[in-house]
Amino acid sequence: MTALSRRNFVALGASTVFASSFGARMAFARAATNRRFVFIIQRGAADGLHTVAPVGDPAYAGQRGSLAEDFATAPRLDDMFALHPSMKNIHALYGAKQALFLHAVASPYRDRSHFDGQNVLETGGTSAYQLKDGWLNRLLTLLPADDKAIALAATVPMALRGAVEVASYAPSGLPDASDDLLARVSQMYQGDAQLHGIWEQATATRMLTSDLASDNGRNAAATGDLAAKMLAAENGSRIAMIETGGWDTHAGQKGRLAGQLNGLDQMVGALQKGLGPLWSDTVVLVATEFGRTVKVNGTQGTDHGTASCAMLMGGAVNGGRVIADWPGLADAALYENRDLKPTLGLDTVIGSTLSAHFGLMPQTAARKLFPEVQMARPLQDLVRG
Amino acid sequence: MSDASIALNRFGLGARPGEDAGNDPRKWLAGQIAAFDPRPQAIASQIPSTQVARNLADFYERQRLLRLENPGPRRRAVSPAKPAAAQPAMAEGAMMQDMQATQPAPTMQPAAKPLYQGEDAAMLARREARRQQQQAYVGMVSARALTAINSPTPFAERLVHFWANHFAVSADKLELVGLSGTMEFEAIRPHVMGKFGDMLNAVERHPAMLLYLDQAVSIGPNSPAAQRQRGRRGGLNENLAREIMELHTLGVRSVYTQADVTEFARAMTGFTVAGIGRARGAGGLDGEPGSFVFADRLHEPGTRTILGKQWAGQGEEQAAAVLGHLATHPATAKHIATKLARHFASDDPPAPLVARLEKAFLSSKGDLPTVYRALIASPECWAPKPAKFKSPWEWSISAMRTLGTQQLQPNAVNGLMGQLGQPVWKPGSPAGWDDVAGAWAGPDAVMRRVEAAERMAQRTKNLIDARQRAAELFPDALSPATAQSIARAESPGQGLALMLVSPEFMRR
Repeated sequence: MTALSRRNFVALGASTVFASSFGARMAFARAATNRRFVFIIQRGAADGLHTVAPVGDPAYAGQRGSLAEDFATAPRLDDMFALHPSMKNIHALYGAKQALFLHAVASPYRDRSHFDGQNVLETGGTSAYQLKDGWLNRLLTLLPADDKAIALAATVPMALRGAVEVASYAPSGLPDASDDLLARVSQMYQGDAQLHGIWEQATATRMLTSDLASDNGRNAAATGDLAAKMLAAENGSRIAMIETGGWDTHAGQKGRLAGQLNGLDQMVGALQKGLGPLWSDTVVLVATEFGRTVKVNGTQGTDHGTASCAMLMGGAVNGGRVIADWPGLADAALYENRDLKPTLGLDTVIGSTLSAHFGLMPQTAARKLFPEVQMARPLQDLVRG
Repeated sequence: MSDASIALNRFGLGARPGEDAGNDPRKWLAGQIAAFDPRPQAIASQIPSTQVARNLADFYERQRLLRLENPGPRRRAVSPAKPAAAQPAMAEGAMMQDMQATQPAPTMQPAAKPLYQGEDAAMLARREARRQQQQAYVGMVSARALTAINSPTPFAERLVHFWANHFAVSADKLELVGLSGTMEFEAIRPHVMGKFGDMLNAVERHPAMLLYLDQAVSIGPNSPAAQRQRGRRGGLNENLAREIMELHTLGVRSVYTQADVTEFARAMTGFTVAGIGRARGAGGLDGEPGSFVFADRLHEPGTRTILGKQWAGQGEEQAAAVLGHLATHPATAKHIATKLARHFASDDPPAPLVARLEKAFLSSKGDLPTVYRALIASPECWAPKPAKFKSPWEWSISAMRTLGTQQLQPNAVNGLMGQLGQPVWKPGSPAGWDDVAGAWAGPDAVMRRVEAAERMAQRTKNLIDARQRAAELFPDALSPATAQSIARAESPGQGLALMLVSPEFMRR
């Protein structure tokens, strides 16, 4: 089998699929947007205080102990905050006013379970398992019908699950199946609603990635590069979600976070490079389910906490700023005597960003994306018009 | 699905050639409780945790000596409190496969630069240690698969996999690569047909769990060790205590608070592992490397208040008493009942089934066979519509059983599971793998099964008639559409590939 025959088969299959099942939606489609949106989820509760450190807070050095050493010579963002020295690309973006940090941010979730916290972060509810679909999927229902989304993962993460079909892609080490088998599988799944839908997506995704599969996402930069290719393709996705893990730094936090943040930095750098001119229409959101304790624990790490830091990056971001209604790190200012107190809702950040980025009415977007949340006033000017 | 097909596929792991569930499928299932072999040959021939630990201890010792010989400019020669390899080993081998398969997350280890003379030897030692641990891991993955493929008690083997996922560890750090499988073999299998409390006790004392969730390094702030080491590293780590309450017993959002977690973490101090892991920093623990030890001098003295009760006990007894209480707590019964119901009946566990299992658990004080019998007797588990989308592991094992696989290439199963997105003992989180269709029924995941099915079918060299196999595997339960697709295949091999990805085979 040659690559050419694979493409021919799949292209044929996919066009048939689109004509039959998406025809009705395409008839009503509005003008497609050029805007791109990438959600990088940090699974495991990333320590925002060790990413964008409030070095100007009088209590900072005392509370953070040895963790503060990393920021002794770190680049300052303003009078209060310094950026982790591993994040060189992102620091350059900040200088170019294309990176924005929002601190003391949290979802409505207030307990400390990763799994419940991630569910709230991804569904956009106020408690775990209250909503059955993800806010990123609901965003798709507000966008033109041909705006597609893709998850850079073997399976679709919660934020992208829901009524709109979404593709997933991760590089495969298996040899391609033969065209004839693929055609027969299509036929066999005709009568099975679930597998039929999944299979349509699988074959359509293959068409886009058949030439890209050699780029296997072995490291963060390659993953960022792969995502950029998915987003840059003519008929590609407008929205992508990338999963990262390894943020649960209960022990030995300094070394581990330095590596993690370097990887994140490389990923963002590769996205910027890969998107080229499209970067000016792009917003990348980085967020985690909750933060970590202010004090260092007994094993040079931190335990599960509450508020953390979110990042917005991209040419469309009105950056070069840190936005924070800073609650302070003194003991009396902490949430439940241990965590950074949240002063800004992650839902407000996401709702404000997406409504501005995609030209949606803020109230409409808020109601759709976070139906259970009593949303605060939208933040203005996060995104360039 | 017919009852026979449900017994073979939903309760079991698919049928080997010639296997059937007999005249009474329920009896066939219940009979497996007594017939289960906790230590079959393939598993008995693997190295035990003590041997894995001894290899690790040797490596740490070699590293220590190398550091003494070559005190580098960046290192203090006298405080080897933390072996370098105790950092999460993210760069090579096992980890790469894991990352690639589950999440395209960044690999994040700065490139190693030779800093001083002698580092080459240290690097070599590290590589050798990784290779050794990886070899043990791959062998255990194969042993697990071979046992499942050849087992005459597939329902019991499915339960082993269920419990290993319930008490998930993830082979992401060097210490866990070789130890993860030994926990299933040493702490899960012996108790699968016993009391839940015994399994809980064995798991929470196993080196894999103690190292994975950082219990081995947790030190009571007022313990003798902390008093002596004032100002040096060491303190409370609540990771394991939290996950015991959240994941292993009571369940999230149930009856406990943050204060209960912290108090339980204090009670648990002293639970540690001899000879390996970062706990070596605490120094001088007697015992064979890798064995459980209770270290009095790490233990936080005093009475604890947990779940509204006072726990006065001394030393190891204190946490043991709390574990005993958790093991038969009504919240635990509900949590376990819900997970079993989700596994055997539906992604949305039916409430009457959960209530029935809960009652069986409570009235028998966590006697697992009693719970399994309630499961077998429950009509919700016998609903004719396929209830569950198979995980990659379930799909692979049932495929190999169907094909009559007898032997495995050393790395075959490990490689396959990485490619299908479910590397064995590497869920990446203590919550284990999700047990709902949403986690597995994705476009890329299904495409990979199709690719794998074609490759597996090609290896059978057209010797198996898929029409006949499908009829045996799905007695009175094969749809006309699938039967037709298989019958019209261009070759027996292609027919088999189609059978392996048919709607009937993707679900159970």
